[in-house]
Amino acid sequence: MPRSAARTGSPFTGLGPVFMKELSDHLSSVRMLVLTLFVIVFGALPVGFALQDLRNVVVSDPYLFLRIFTVTPERVGLSFILALNFIIPLMAIGLGFDSVNSEFNRRTLSRVLSQPIYRDALLLGKFLGGLVTLAVALVALWLIVLGSGLLLLGLPPRGVEVARGVGFLIVAIAYGGVWLAVAMLFSVIFRSTATSALCALGLWLFFFILWPMIASAITIGFAPAQVTSIDQYVAIQELGLALQRLSPGTLFSEAVVGLLNPETRTLGFMLPQQMRGAIPEAPLPLDQSLILIWPQLTGLIASMIVLFAVAYIVFQREEVRA
Amino acid sequence: MGNVIEARGLLKLYGSQRAVDAIDLDIHRGEIFGLLGPNGAGKTTTILMMLGLTEISGGSVQVLGFNPVSEPLEVKRRVGYLPDSVGFYDHMTARENLQYTARLLDIPRSQAGRRIMEALESVKLADVAGKRVATFSRGMRQRLGIAEIVMKQAEVAILDEPTSGLDPHATFELLEMIRGLRRAGVAVLLSSHLLDRVQSVCDRVALFNKGKIALMGTVVELANQVLGAGHPFLVEAQGTDVAVALRGVEGVQTVVPEGEGAWRVMADRDVRAAAAQRIVSAGGSLTRLADLQPSLEEVYTRYFQEARHAA
Repeated sequence: MPRSAARTGSPFTGLGPVFMKELSDHLSSVRMLVLTLFVIVFGALPVGFALQDLRNVVVSDPYLFLRIFTVTPERVGLSFILALNFIIPLMAIGLGFDSVNSEFNRRTLSRVLSQPIYRDALLLGKFLGGLVTLAVALVALWLIVLGSGLLLLGLPPRGVEVARGVGFLIVAIAYGGVWLAVAMLFSVIFRSTATSALCALGLWLFFFILWPMIASAITIGFAPAQVTSIDQYVAIQELGLALQRLSPGTLFSEAVVGLLNPETRTLGFMLPQQMRGAIPEAPLPLDQSLILIWPQLTGLIASMIVLFAVAYIVFQREEVRA
Repeated sequence: MGNVIEARGLLKLYGSQRAVDAIDLDIHRGEIFGLLGPNGAGKTTTILMMLGLTEISGGSVQVLGFNPVSEPLEVKRRVGYLPDSVGFYDHMTARENLQYTARLLDIPRSQAGRRIMEALESVKLADVAGKRVATFSRGMRQRLGIAEIVMKQAEVAILDEPTSGLDPHATFELLEMIRGLRRAGVAVLLSSHLLDRVQSVCDRVALFNKGKIALMGTVVELANQVLGAGHPFLVEAQGTDVAVALRGVEGVQTVVPEGEGAWRVMADRDVRAAAAQRIVSAGGSLTRLADLQPSLEEVYTRYFQEARHAA
């Protein structure tokens, strides 16, 4: 292979048109309609029941509004954030699983790439188009929840609750971005859209169902037969937690719990003596909560970038011919 | 004149296989150049290297003075490409598809609408501009691909198998549009394995075989090289054996019967008048005397027969 001479021209040439086309394609597609309906149904159910439960709460709660997101209603056993933990990946996969290979199968890829545009711009435009679509759907859902809370609880959220809610939205979008990058990676690797969808959904199921079991099995395997010291115990617990955190779903739920439950002081393992002096049930200020979830948020964003980079490298090497 | 495309020792390796084996190629401004050869001979790979869509393993290529490896955007801004069985976005109309391309090309909005309509008119698709491409036939899609090149105001058009899979009428129309591109000053490079169609439009052709250019030149030059210089013609006559009648006519080299009452004559000059006289005077009734244009198909078939024998 010869030395590849330096490319000239911006890698972002043509990014705008690709992004706009992807966005308008997504927003006007039937698939988007189905996904939105899906999300609303899954989101509305826990929120509706949560609101009914919350209306009966008598003790004053300074963070009543945030409870809409986090409380697990007695009748459904599914909180709003748990539902989102489950649905966001599905939406992201639905938006991304055929983004590159469908261009290939429709034979539009070589025609588009023969226009003055680098592959960089095509891939990034597609990713951003999907991410913004996802963000639009999540913001709409968030506003619906906020609005129905306003109507049914009859009191406005406080500024700090809105701020925490916005933080939650950002975490949710980053979480969606990770799964969008996963879906796009598979759409670059596999020429068949069905295979790519199957792999992305398979990975999703793996992280949701199998990974917690595998992680605890590994932890138990590493644990000594008899725990002799506190240090050993802590080490085992931390290993288990570290394994769990390889799943983006864990990062998402930890970050969301940290934001929406202001009482959360740690996302890791804590010994009773470390809790000494803490006032139980006392909420943390917003900045402290943000520091708490910072690693989770950066972890999500970093994995999104890494996955996108891998997709980019694979795409660069791919032959455009059929 | 000047060359719009210059390839020198252009090489493409897939593993140890030489898909394109160090070819030299010049395409002149304003000509229609045909890349011919069987499937897998390296035509499409050559085209993709010219567009910077696949990596070059060795040698160099210049398109309109730009290097597709280091300056792909400059090349792609000026070169129109119609891929083999081109695809468009089915859920969008013809006009919307071209609008998307226009945005990628950064054509100002004020000009885009007019250029799109003019391009669609030039390929006779103006009346279906608002229809979804999903309803288009293969021929219409190919024409839409040509419209894209027209809209782009490309200086070079590269067409990969433009007529494959089209019915005769659609092929005829498409070839007419390709001639239209040349009239507009566009240099056209087209690849094909459909020889008789290509013969009628190409100024020059290159015959690909196993990644190499086996022959290059005008169709007549190729015919002279492969079939030998000469004036072949076809005779159909009744009532006499033409092979016998033509014996002794000066210039006639061979007379080969071709079915009932038909002969194929090879001569080193135009001897048709003398041949006609001889047949009539021998008592035969002459029904046909046709000059045979050298056909590319014949060149092709003969070349590959010889190549196989040599191997």
